[in-house]
Amino acid sequence: MTTTGIGASVRRKEDRRFLLGKGQYTDDLVLADQTYAMFVRSPHAAAVITAIDTAAALAAPDVLAVLTGADVAADGLGGIPCGWLVKSKDGSNMVEPPHPALAQGKVRHVGDPVAMVIATSKAAAKAAAGLVDVDYDVLPAAARLDDAVADGAPRVWDEAPGNVCFDWHIGDPALTDAAFAQAARVIEIDVTNNRVAPNAMEPRAANGHYETATDHYTLYTTSQNPHLTRLLLGAFTLKVSEHKLRVVAPDVGGGFGSKIFHYAEELLVLWASRRVGRPVKWTSDRSEAFLTDAHGRDHHSVAKLAVDASGKFLGLRVHTYANMGAYLSTFAPAVPTYLYATLLSGPYDFPAIYAEVKAIFTNTVAVDAYRGAGRPEASYLLERLVDKAARELGRDPVELRRQNLIQPDQFPYQTQVALQYDIGDYQATLDLALAAIDHAGFPARRAEAAARGKLRGLGISTYIEACGIAPSALVGALGARAGLYEAANVRVHPTGGVTVFTGTHSHGQGHETTFAQLICERLGVSIDNVEVVHGDTDRIPFGMGTYGSRSLAVGGSAIVKALDKIVDKGKKIAAHLLEANVADVEFKDGQYRVVGTDRVKAFGEVAFAAYVPHNYPIETVEPGLEESAFYDPKNFTFPGGTHLVEVEIDPETGVVEVVDVAIADDVGVIVNPMIVDGQAHGGLAQGIGQALLEEAVYDAEGQLLTGSYMSYCMPRAADLPNFKVGNHVTACTHNPLGVKGVGEVGAIGCPPAVINAVLDALAPVGVTDMSMPATPEKVWRAIQAAKKGA
Amino acid sequence: MATVTLKVNGKELTVDCAPRTLLVEALREHLRLTGTHVGCDTSQCGACVVHVDGRSVKSCTMLAVEADGAALTTIEGMAQGGELHPMQAAFKEHHGLQCGFCTPGMIMSSTDLCARSATTPTEGEVRHWLEGNLCRCTGYHNIVKAVRAGADGMRGGK
Ligand code: FES
Ligand code: FES
Repeated sequence: MTTTGIGASVRRKEDRRFLLGKGQYTDDLVLADQTYAMFVRSPHAAAVITAIDTAAALAAPDVLAVLTGADVAADGLGGIPCGWLVKSKDGSNMVEPPHPALAQGKVRHVGDPVAMVIATSKAAAKAAAGLVDVDYDVLPAAARLDDAVADGAPRVWDEAPGNVCFDWHIGDPALTDAAFAQAARVIEIDVTNNRVAPNAMEPRAANGHYETATDHYTLYTTSQNPHLTRLLLGAFTLKVSEHKLRVVAPDVGGGFGSKIFHYAEELLVLWASRRVGRPVKWTSDRSEAFLTDAHGRDHHSVAKLAVDASGKFLGLRVHTYANMGAYLSTFAPAVPTYLYATLLSGPYDFPAIYAEVKAIFTNTVAVDAYRGAGRPEASYLLERLVDKAARELGRDPVELRRQNLIQPDQFPYQTQVALQYDIGDYQATLDLALAAIDHAGFPARRAEAAARGKLRGLGISTYIEACGIAPSALVGALGARAGLYEAANVRVHPTGGVTVFTGTHSHGQGHETTFAQLICERLGVSIDNVEVVHGDTDRIPFGMGTYGSRSLAVGGSAIVKALDKIVDKGKKIAAHLLEANVADVEFKDGQYRVVGTDRVKAFGEVAFAAYVPHNYPIETVEPGLEESAFYDPKNFTFPGGTHLVEVEIDPETGVVEVVDVAIADDVGVIVNPMIVDGQAHGGLAQGIGQALLEEAVYDAEGQLLTGSYMSYCMPRAADLPNFKVGNHVTACTHNPLGVKGVGEVGAIGCPPAVINAVLDALAPVGVTDMSMPATPEKVWRAIQAAKKGA
Repeated sequence: MATVTLKVNGKELTVDCAPRTLLVEALREHLRLTGTHVGCDTSQCGACVVHVDGRSVKSCTMLAVEADGAALTTIEGMAQGGELHPMQAAFKEHHGLQCGFCTPGMIMSSTDLCARSATTPTEGEVRHWLEGNLCRCTGYHNIVKAVRAGADGMRGGK
């Protein structure tokens, strides 16, 4: 291992600009002649728009335009498309309602945009937005999942009876019935996965600039995948050819999924710029973000586990309702289906599984992928169910898991729900985590806490996830309307610098460092000589962006493929310079060497010769040293592991304190351990946040009750402990780096461990169920109810 | 219109702005000091923390006119002579940042904490102090480490 290559905790190259306050986030950018947009948004969850009077707003000072759904329709803008088609079990397509950029005729959730005001200052735009007069006929709303599926519920869309978007299934029902028929015991659970708001600290922003002279559009936007945004703008919404469109996602202040999707505002600022002839910028404020960023989770499931007399899992049956919100966001249909139900086997050997998923429209903002996307929902359901089984069977939850984990010699392991896990060692991560938290010492700690009047509990979750999303053929067969490969271009400069252009996007993940380490390792150049460029469709060949922990597994693999081409071409040049046969030249430690001799050419000399080809195999080799590659993976990658959480509950107040967290993950080969640990920490915080604090709550009328940081409880420093993070590596078998992905492990593995810990702590007082978030009030009430029942 | 005179990062500056202008708007929009960020509209997130006469303040909570005559330090004024401030250096060393959006506020807030206390704050003190600063990326684990190391660094220690 070198000090900067694979396996080194290199300090991040990108940090300096952030630490100096010199990051360039979308809202930091002010273009010449900049104007500002403000949206008029629906205050109602469901209503008919009977009239919009824009005259007063138009007459207000410094206002350039006031645009409505009628203008959108007149200009022929396309609706916001959905990128994934799911079919119901009867073979019919999902109900795919239109999603106009500005509401037309009806509004369907609080925050649905109705009009757009453009002015020369933010303050003027805001003042004028208040003057737009909209008349609504308020309709009854179907706001919450349970309300929307009730008999006689109001319809969000006329074309979706029962508010059903699709009714989908996976697995083998007959096999599962047979498994249940043989069961010694059946354990049942009813769980809700709470709706959360992603809350990247940087609110979304978009700045659109149309240049009349060149008929060219530039969009600066807070995006995790600028090429996809360009593709959707080009083909569906703005409807101009991609060569006329540049999408730039500069520094982006976190995404967690919420910045993957193509949002209406991105289209609208470009279109408005064309209309007013000046650049138009919109920056969300936090309250607007709560109303308009896609939310995450929001499942209600009932599941049954069949076990034999020894505790071996025989079968699993799951029925899930998934809330889609009012419109279908870019990836939304994939989340409760292919990203959720395919993970229901978890790390366990299940002979039979059958799952049904009904996707439901409600009068709420769209729900889409949020850190983990589907996999946290699967893991939460399964790990709560397994814990419940352990309690009902009188088994130790660790031992019941150990008995049912897929064994190392069972890989590759074909699940009953479509996936084939390539490799893993779940026993090893289980043992590591148990040791890290001192599992054996827990009874003593519990007794000590009890002496202080506290209830202490230990919770476990063993989980698996699928990441590195692709392969294209597979996701295409599953309904994706795009391919999911990744692109890279590696440009070696004449005097030794290297620029890497990647189609992934970094919004905190540290690609500028991790990817540079790949170059150092392979070409032997110093890390200061490598620059990684991302986030600009004019500079990067192509890309599918960053989500689902795909950057290194898919994007890094594309870079490796490009590096292979660089090394190969260099070999031909070196062979010429060394007057040797290409077959006799090897590349190692930054040098081309004639095998078995001391005749060498440094990589830098070869690169220089490529650009100054005086002595050069010009007949057979082109000058220059730059290569591109696209990489389409063979399979998903499958990180997995064990998360252990210890909590202490004050029975007087219901406050749950997380006192210890120990996790052991297998995320494949680790390029930068410091960054990997940091990603795990961030995921854990969001996982603990979901389990204990966070929930996006709509009331029955569809008003968002948690629309600011005053009412939506974000995890703060004092809410969290330090984390013990361990790793056990099994290398992914099908990508050249052996990497799997880490960004989501905390959000997937941790929430069930927290709730299992809470229930473990509360078991002595007779509490048997707890939903997320386990707020003090809920915990306190559960304790009181149990006391009364006793 | 109001005229506000400020000493920002050692430089005397005047801002002509509407009386309702927030300090953060004066910094970001009038002075183009965009290192100070806006993460919320309820004074909860701390992305906008700057020093006003040496004390950390949420600049979205203060009107620019209230700061008239004050000495301000923003994140842009922390590094001296091309050298990172010890707190900035500690954040880099301990990976206390990911997307970097909360980072300026975190640095301004923590340097105030460490300047106030005679000894290196305990982990609990750091966590308590940072309750007004949200970070969605790091889980705070490395931020807490960084702040304590930064405190040592500010005292010239290691
Ligand atoms: S922007 Fe000032 S506290 Fe959030
Ligand atoms: S580093 Fe992203 S919010 Fe703190």
